[in-house]
Amino acid sequence: MLKGVAVRTLVHPSETTPADGLLPSAAPLQLIDQDGRPGENPGALHFPPPDVLRELYRRMVLGRRFDAQATALTKQGRLAVYPSSHGQDACQVGAVLALRGQDWLFPTYRDTVALITRGVPAEEGLALLRGEWHCGYDPYKYRVAPQCTPLATNAPHAVGFAHAARLRKQDQVALVLVGDGATSEGDTHEALNFAAVWKAPVVFLVQNNGYAISVPLAKQTAAPSLAAKGIGYGIPSLLIDGNDAAAVYAAVRAGVERGAAGGGPTLIEAITYRIEAHTNADDATRYRASEEVSAWLRRDPITRLEAYLRADGLLDDDAAGRLAAEAERLADDVRQRMNLDVSADPAELFEHVYARPTAALQRQRAELLAELRELAELEEPAT
Amino acid sequence: MSAAASAAGTSTTGTSDSRAAAGPAPVTMAAALNQALADSLAADERVVVFGEDVGTLGGVFRVTDGLAARFGDDRVFDTPLAEAGIVGTAIGMAMNGLVPVVEMQFDAFAYPAFEQVTSHLAKLRNRTRGRLALPVVIRVPFGGGIGGVEHHSDSSEAYYTHTPGLRVVTPGTPGDAYRLLRQAIGCPDPVIFLEPKRRYWSKETTVLTQDGPPIDRAVVRRPGRDVTLIGYGGMVATALEAAEAAAEEGWDVEVIDVRSLSPFDDQTLAESVRRTGRAVIVHEAAGFAGYGAEVAARLTEQCFHHLEAPILRVTGFDIPYPPPHLERFHLPSTDRILDAIARLQWEGSNA
Repeated sequence: MLKGVAVRTLVHPSETTPADGLLPSAAPLQLIDQDGRPGENPGALHFPPPDVLRELYRRMVLGRRFDAQATALTKQGRLAVYPSSHGQDACQVGAVLALRGQDWLFPTYRDTVALITRGVPAEEGLALLRGEWHCGYDPYKYRVAPQCTPLATNAPHAVGFAHAARLRKQDQVALVLVGDGATSEGDTHEALNFAAVWKAPVVFLVQNNGYAISVPLAKQTAAPSLAAKGIGYGIPSLLIDGNDAAAVYAAVRAGVERGAAGGGPTLIEAITYRIEAHTNADDATRYRASEEVSAWLRRDPITRLEAYLRADGLLDDDAAGRLAAEAERLADDVRQRMNLDVSADPAELFEHVYARPTAALQRQRAELLAELRELAELEEPAT
Repeated sequence: MSAAASAAGTSTTGTSDSRAAAGPAPVTMAAALNQALADSLAADERVVVFGEDVGTLGGVFRVTDGLAARFGDDRVFDTPLAEAGIVGTAIGMAMNGLVPVVEMQFDAFAYPAFEQVTSHLAKLRNRTRGRLALPVVIRVPFGGGIGGVEHHSDSSEAYYTHTPGLRVVTPGTPGDAYRLLRQAIGCPDPVIFLEPKRRYWSKETTVLTQDGPPIDRAVVRRPGRDVTLIGYGGMVATALEAAEAAAEEGWDVEVIDVRSLSPFDDQTLAESVRRTGRAVIVHEAAGFAGYGAEVAARLTEQCFHHLEAPILRVTGFDIPYPPPHLERFHLPSTDRILDAIARLQWEGSNA
């Protein structure tokens, strides 16, 4: 018998974490269907108020125009690569608008529209894809973590961030975006488990677009749904229509409120589709049929919300026209900013490795600068 | 306690119980580390300590003994058994203003966290142009010599030193263990803190203080004129033993404790080697592409015209770490170090 150690009978988690309410619905929850009518399976989701619906629509229209502009800039060689958000507009806009100012977003490389919606300026949000620097924005200014490119590694960051908020008694929730492929990574599993054990205020939003580059969901998982995995962690989970911006907003908002109230994490799987290829470097015709893409185009998140708003008298031709003009101004602005040359300073390579450059890095910087001076002197007589 | 373990430290007293009322008491490296964690937790409320078994149990090596009881479950806590999750959440906590000090239970058990360490912990300052600092300390008990079964005795330092953005430090004595850990916790950069587990129970009579050499400097543990013997972590005590034995054979050996494996203290090391003209590097890890290769290359570049002989390495063999009954054949010994010293092309010798 150990002195000072309490004798405990083993308590199985099922005695403290009832399974009720952890499983998602079998069919995705929906507030607005693909024709713009009220959805038949709203579950417990709260319908957002009209001003939120209008803002969801506005941000999606702006995001779609931004996305088209970024794709065009990539074809012109202004961006090294661009993973399009087209088709996933409702997920990215709906989720970000559901956050409060003090909350944090942990995005991936496909979430540029989420960044823009959060207020990150285009040139800062595109710095990674432009090849200018890895992360071009100040995470603390916008409360947006650097975009995750290895996938799923942002999930434990979000959990740690949220747990720190609890420990420091700060009212903050972390929203982490992952894709269907990333749910197979160990980091997703570890993050879900840590979040549940710690009751960390985190919302996990899985944008299930059906493919991890080319690998379809059936080769990714045998689970009934990705949301169904939540019960294994003791996390309440929702399966929603990811092309319904109102449903995404409502589900994420509910997760944020639960987290803020001390209820712990929420797992949301949003069913959506990537209309474009993985990136401009990908050929999607090698792994999916054009009929499949056409079918998803009919479920477009913007047209369905527009139909709903017009039917409800929340949008007219004048307002739509003003919004189209605003989107064109945004695209012009992005074009102008991206057509400026990248200002890259080789000396900066050595600046941010440690808080202060080490003696060895200072020597290496001096060597590089001397090399560049010599090159410049060699080139000078010719000009 | 092994004979090697009891020989650690620079000022070991004869008996561990000779506790003078006013003077400093003998302290083990594990106790010194525990004190450093306690003092850091007391000094800075942003410091949190977590990992597997670090709470109620106090860590498998008892380095966190008593801390959860003293500072509470919000400051010192057990985690699920998942190393990537531990480091990944530590990164998130540091982003939100905390100073996490996490424990990897054993060297080889830290490998699941490798991606979080190399792609995120080491790079996020750089990736964000300096906007995101991660003052995280990862404590890793490392090295062999304790009779551990497989995966419990790796020397993993080169994986970390090959990663720009990390600081990698390792103490050789209890007093320095306290100093280096306090300095690591106060450092704005992420620090891999390698604890030589075979020296956890080595004692030194010393006052525990942060004062002394800064985090990025090597120290001369024993001055000498003939050879610079370079070691770190668990090999510092072995190097000091070898220096004693070498003295009997007429070699005056200078022993340098590297302490900061990255960044490397070129100045202290090069100054010594220029003075002695000969150098031997000793580490437990495999020699091929090991840490000693970098040390030998740097010192050759900086000291070539002062060298009387090639710089030699005494290392573990290029094999996976052996089972307990065979580890003594693998680990660098004082004999092997003396053999290397003898091969340094002394005048009149044929080596």
